[in-house]
Amino acid sequence: MPILETQGLTYTYSVGSPFEKTAVDHVDLRIDEGEMVGVMGHTGSGKSTLIQHFNGLLKPTSGKVLLEGKDIWEDKDKIRDVRFKVGLVFQYPEYQIFEETVYKDIAFGPKNMGLDEAEIKRRVMETAEDIGLKEELLDRSPFELSGGQKRRVAIAGVMAMEPKVLILDEPTAGLDPAGRDKILDHIKAYHRRTKNTILIVSHSMEDIAGFADKILVMNKAKLFCYDETKKVFGRSEEISQIGLDVPQITRVFDRLKGRGLDFGKEVYTVGYARDLLLKQLSEREGQ
Amino acid sequence: MLRDITIGQFFPGESLIHRLDPRFKIVMTLLYILMLFTGSHILCLAVGTVYTVMAIALSKIPLKMFLKSVKPLLPFLVITAAINLFLVNTGDVLFRWRFLKITEDGLNISLFMIIRIVLLIMGSSLLTYTTSPIALTDAIERLLSPLKKLHFPVHELAMMMSIALRFIPTLIEETDKIISAQKARGAEIDTGSMITRAKNMVSILVPLFVSSFRRADELATAMECRCYNGGEGRTRLRQLKAAPRDFIALAVTIIFYAAAITVSILLK
Repeated sequence: MPILETQGLTYTYSVGSPFEKTAVDHVDLRIDEGEMVGVMGHTGSGKSTLIQHFNGLLKPTSGKVLLEGKDIWEDKDKIRDVRFKVGLVFQYPEYQIFEETVYKDIAFGPKNMGLDEAEIKRRVMETAEDIGLKEELLDRSPFELSGGQKRRVAIAGVMAMEPKVLILDEPTAGLDPAGRDKILDHIKAYHRRTKNTILIVSHSMEDIAGFADKILVMNKAKLFCYDETKKVFGRSEEISQIGLDVPQITRVFDRLKGRGLDFGKEVYTVGYARDLLLKQLSEREGQ
Repeated sequence: MLRDITIGQFFPGESLIHRLDPRFKIVMTLLYILMLFTGSHILCLAVGTVYTVMAIALSKIPLKMFLKSVKPLLPFLVITAAINLFLVNTGDVLFRWRFLKITEDGLNISLFMIIRIVLLIMGSSLLTYTTSPIALTDAIERLLSPLKKLHFPVHELAMMMSIALRFIPTLIEETDKIISAQKARGAEIDTGSMITRAKNMVSILVPLFVSSFRRADELATAMECRCYNGGEGRTRLRQLKAAPRDFIALAVTIIFYAAAITVSILLK
């Protein structure tokens, strides 16, 4: 059974006004438990609107969102429970920090869940370690931290609710390469530990190519494709056509193919490309 | 919910009203308000109504937008009408139930008040609907410039106003985002008891204040980088120039104002 499913999900902004706009148009999706999914799409493609349906922040104009097989809007009063099961980290989440200490801010979500002190403490400690925040930082004011640290505090605040599905909207936006790699590494570590489903929104393929099991591409409010990473990159030409960047290394190998050097495989990470080339070279030397 | 606020909203257009000099528009709006408060006879308001309908028709902005601007003040209107309806005791009694009675005078006065307030809101919305915030603050600066002689910081005031107006939509959007983010962490904002809601307001207000200070700081730096040092010796890209149509519009407004005064004197 898929953990998250949508059926004919449609959302229209400002119905009946001159600004009416359909942001998500009949999307059918099935996301299985434990998967790491990359969500891609151009600005305004509807990806941010789509993910806000998964935890019930937006109510579909028509269609359904099913969490563990149950319509999340079946019982309106239970919508908060959905938010605890599907954690959503917004873009630039550091702007939602408000508590006096890092510890308190991470504990905000778990506290809203009504957990006891001991459980809250365990969760805060565990997520702080997952996300790479040292223990002595927990008593500091979050406003004294660096940008990257603040971002990690905000992400930890959602992770600490231990949601079955964690959705991150552009978690690396505006960070330097070192900060970006750090956050992605910590998210990977969290995924390895919890085996929870993770969705990462990004418009940089480089970011997610390395570790997403599947990739979901939105284009002009519609679901363009949802498939295994290598199959999606196999359609690199179509993806370029809808205005998304494929990883640089994929482009290099596409060009090589155009010049007659076909490896017969989809290449989207530098590491894999290196292995492939080295193998090819050693085969040649052997001849 | 926050997106429904229409205060200070501007609808770009090319209508006659849009093209009028903003300084004249402000003066005309002030005259219009005076006109509505001249005399207490319903006919005075009839003059005002004709003027409003004419101006709205000329502005080519859908009537729906004007009704929308009245909407937030509905409770206020209802209370005003109710107070007048039940507390005015003179005139023929039309209806009586227990201690409540409605008299003809009461009915007239409450109707009068409703019409007056609705016209007032519609007329002043017309000013903001047809004038860009920048034009509006420019005009205010020009109109208040005589006060400079008294060392009143006119330019600074106008600059603060335009910055404030500029940031209303930005802050609305920001608030929306913060609310969503805290809701995602299980904060009860539009559900739950009054106390939990009030507590959760902190989780919205703190980030909002922090980001307002950050924005203010960034804006100040950006302005300094462009060598902003107040209004002294500053020239403008767009000079406000009065055209014949502005004087005609002003004359029409004065005629209407005079008509309202005449009506109120004759009917006394």
